[in-house]
Amino acid sequence: MDIAAKVIAVLADHTGRDASELSLDTTFESLGIDSLETVEMVMELEEELDTELELDQKVATIGELVKFIESKLD
Amino acid sequence: MGKLENKNALITGAARGIGYAIAQRLAQEGANVVIFDLCPEEAGDEAAKAIAEQCGVMALFRRVDVSNYEAVQIAVKALSKELGGIDILVNNAGITRDKVLLAMSEQDWDLVLDINLKSMFNTIKACYRGFMKKKAGRVINISSVSGLMGNAAQANYSASKGGVVALTKTVARELATRGVTCNAVAPGAIETPMTASMDQDALKALIATVPMGHMGKAEDIAACVAFLASDDAKYITGEVIRVDGGIAM
Ligand SMILES: NC(=O)c1ccc[n+]([C@@H]2O[C@H](COP(=O)([O-])OP(=O)(O)OC[C@H]3O[C@@H](n4cnc5c(N)ncnc54)[C@H](O)[C@@H]3O)[C@@H](O)[C@H]2O)c1
Repeated sequence: MDIAAKVIAVLADHTGRDASELSLDTTFESLGIDSLETVEMVMELEEELDTELELDQKVATIGELVKFIESKLD
Repeated sequence: MGKLENKNALITGAARGIGYAIAQRLAQEGANVVIFDLCPEEAGDEAAKAIAEQCGVMALFRRVDVSNYEAVQIAVKALSKELGGIDILVNNAGITRDKVLLAMSEQDWDLVLDINLKSMFNTIKACYRGFMKKKAGRVINISSVSGLMGNAAQANYSASKGGVVALTKTVARELATRGVTCNAVAPGAIETPMTASMDQDALKALIATVPMGHMGKAEDIAACVAFLASDDAKYITGEVIRVDGGIAM
């Protein structure tokens, strides 16, 4: 499963941007997304992936979030 | 129909005293209640059973030390699964270890801060995600007038209860856009096992400072908590309501 693509798709949907504008280096701050919104997005992803991720750390970039999710799925 | 029908309420330190009165009142309003307390199993089960029988709701007891971070996370997780989430969290468990600061041990300080303040971090953190998911939730923290005014021989207790006020306002701000409110109730001198075990001269002196001239009852605190938990209080957040006969006005 391509987690990065999934995360980017959810983020694009959430922010009304085109997925091509987003990369692993994009920071949530630059998208105007605060840490609670990140948690909420992870909750959406939990449903899509049908798993519990429980984001309990600060993630600054899309890449960090992807890494976190991948570590939970291992 | 009660104001809190179909809600699940978690109340800490609710095997007796103010917490018990709160659990009882929320159950009378129709909520299912869960008691977290450190008392012996039999006493906790009995308290839950009495409430279930009186009010016809589900009432459960779980023996949990609320100052223990891991234990709280595990217990709340299990409960959320079992009940389908917590709607109302009442942080009431608290203790005193009164001494003038000079005589206060480091243990007295740590224990009171852990049970009165850290416990609230533990429970709120455990419920936070569930509240966000539901986009709803009520957190009601029991502070004290000592936390608003300070009180000689209560450096640990006053600091913990002042901390409760700051924590309340912070959580209120964090979750304000998520449909979750967080408020505090600051009791004055209330008749409970806690005050019954106080030095009786100190208690008399305390009562002399109450403009209304007498102590309050646990039910007075419970009524305020029930209001804050209800829909009537939906636009109130970050507030501290004194229920103190006027002591701290
Ligand atoms: N009684 C008063 O006059 C008064 C005044 C101001 C504030 N308060 C506050 O109201 C709250 C309730 O007070 P009360 O008078 O009913 O006290 P209480 O001593 O009668 O009851 C406190 C309950 O908390 C439980 N508890 C203690 N430590 C615990 C722990 N680590 N984990 C789980 N449960 C624990 C006890 O077993 C007990 O059942 C406290 O936070 C207290 O500080 C009371």
